Amino acid sequence: MRFAVLYALVFGISTAILAASLRYSTIGLLDRQTHEAIRADARGLAAHFTAGGLPALVLTLDSRINEDLNENAIYLLVDPLGNRIAGNMSRWPQGIDAPHVWYQVPVERAGKRSHALMRYYELPGGFQLLVGRDVSTRSQLRRVLRDGLIWALTAMLLLGALGALVVRGLFKRSLSDISATTRAIARGDLTQRVRRSGSGDEFDELAETINDMLDRITRLMDGVREVSNAIAHDLRTPITRARARLEDAASHARTEDELRGAIERATSELDGVVKVFQALLRIAEIEAGARRSAFASINLTPVLDDLSEFFEAVAEERHITLDTAWPRELPMVGDRDMIQQAIANLLENAIKFSPPDHHVSMSARMDAIHIEIHIADQGPGIPEGDRSRATERFYRGEQARSTPGTGLGLALVSAIAQLHGGTLRLDDNRPGLRAVLVLPRRALNPEATMRIKLWAQAIRKTEIKPNPHEETSSSDQRS
Amino acid sequence: MRILIVEDDRDVAGFVVKGLREAGHTVEHADNGRDGLFMAASENFDAIILDRMLPGGIDGLRLLETLRAQDNTTPVMFLSALGQVDDRVKGLKAGGDDYLTKPFAFAELLARVEAMSRRGKGEGPTTRLLVGDLEMDLLSRGVRRAGQKVDLQPREFRLLEYLMRHAGQVVTRTMLLEGVWDYHFDPQTNVIDVHISRLRQKIDKPFDVPLLHTVRNAGYMLRVEEP
Repeated sequence: MRFAVLYALVFGISTAILAASLRYSTIGLLDRQTHEAIRADARGLAAHFTAGGLPALVLTLDSRINEDLNENAIYLLVDPLGNRIAGNMSRWPQGIDAPHVWYQVPVERAGKRSHALMRYYELPGGFQLLVGRDVSTRSQLRRVLRDGLIWALTAMLLLGALGALVVRGLFKRSLSDISATTRAIARGDLTQRVRRSGSGDEFDELAETINDMLDRITRLMDGVREVSNAIAHDLRTPITRARARLEDAASHARTEDELRGAIERATSELDGVVKVFQALLRIAEIEAGARRSAFASINLTPVLDDLSEFFEAVAEERHITLDTAWPRELPMVGDRDMIQQAIANLLENAIKFSPPDHHVSMSARMDAIHIEIHIADQGPGIPEGDRSRATERFYRGEQARSTPGTGLGLALVSAIAQLHGGTLRLDDNRPGLRAVLVLPRRALNPEATMRIKLWAQAIRKTEIKPNPHEETSSSDQRS
Repeated sequence: MRILIVEDDRDVAGFVVKGLREAGHTVEHADNGRDGLFMAASENFDAIILDRMLPGGIDGLRLLETLRAQDNTTPVMFLSALGQVDDRVKGLKAGGDDYLTKPFAFAELLARVEAMSRRGKGEGPTTRLLVGDLEMDLLSRGVRRAGQKVDLQPREFRLLEYLMRHAGQVVTRTMLLEGVWDYHFDPQTNVIDVHISRLRQKIDKPFDVPLLHTVRNAGYMLRVEEP
């Protein structure tokens, strides 16, 4: 409704401006021309009077009256007593009593009533000269123009109102679709989409944007639903086991040792539940992007050195050879703790699924834009069809079902990669799995440096002291 | 040790108080922030265990900030259900010495509180560590046991140094992970146990009396067994 009123207002104002300018440039122009002609006429006559006195003026007047073919010039010369001396007007018109002022008065000339524009000038010796022009043609023009404009304005007013109604209808129709869809969504029906007219206009664009948003929301909702189903399953199982153990022990345990054993096993089941929870929360935390503030310039080489040394012990214990190869410098911008965790997850997976007496290889390379970290094992791998799903939460391969784990490791790695603007790719190692962590060397957001100091401090907890600013403010309170 | 626990959950507080008393500590308990602050400020404690979210108008963070503003340097460990990295950072920035997320294992809490309060005592810089007949020279980075030289890799040296600095105390796997490797993730494999067993091969295996002990359900402890 507001748009329609606005439209009508804009339309009306522009029409009024148009009419006014039309009037100014026609009637106004004629008026100005008449004024100018009268002024020039009067100047000329005054010059004759000055040069030749009264007789010269009367002569000029007569000749001008005779020469006036259009018969619209009006002259009247009177003596100081008001007696007519010359001119084509019979008497001094009523109401004209001040010199040098424009008057428009009705006149009657040759039996015809008309209007005249006139002005009188005082000449030396008390003579008064009235100069004017018959403007009846101009008045006719003005009438015609006025009638035309009234018609035009009426038509425009109608058109404007019609236009406003059309605009209103158009808005209403385009928006009613959107509002109906959003209302349906708000009620919980996420399948609704805004209908597109296909015209490619702004409303179509808006509809498309809204539909894209709805698609994204639907995908997220599906994700949440899948995750909550998976949580329900993956958490229900250990909780059920723990509960069964405790209930069983409460009613059947005969010795204290049996009771303690059952409680301990139940506790460790619950620890497993806590682990799943923590992993889920951590993924959520990373996906929310909250930790991008901890990005700093880091060299990945020592990170890889330390991790390979850390896990090499486990590999050796399982008779797995860990092959390593990377350049001396792998500079990048990122969160060291998170990248450490991502690589550790991949490496632990590789060691976990690698058969004894086989190789796990860990390597890294770098180009101008990316760092690629490859971790490959010779284990069972992941079937090609499952690879895209392997980074989803709670995915567990056929082979993995018998091994301990939460099914959240790769999902976490993937979330970390995405936070850095990188990807986690899973390839076939023929045989085995080759996980490739691709990280861009430059962080996507350069504003990270602000909180880096804070993080560095936080990791080295012992260095932290209450800051002096806080001390001052509290001592103020005490005083 | 004299320990103050400020925790509003009665079950958690009761469990911790009981455990700490069993471990031989004197424990005081406050169940809201106001009382907690009053006790922490007016009495001497060796360590304070502090919940983040507390009733009584003063939460854990404010309690600690007020305490630190009064130049009270008692070691403080947060015990909180707020476990995100940002929460940890906030806690440590407010002056906390350690941060333990709920739910927790009591053994972890005990080990961390004991380690923290010892760190708080400030022994000054040492150049030599000694546990029984095991000695470590921090300057020459040499390790000897019963006069015999023991060759250690740099990381094994740091692991042993951490254990020796906490000799007589339980050290959990998480503490080793953070203290020796500076890792803040939870490994899925028994990698810490493997590193411990490698260290054992070098410092215990060739000798009669073992120094590095496994504490069931908790972690490890380096100490001389009393005969």
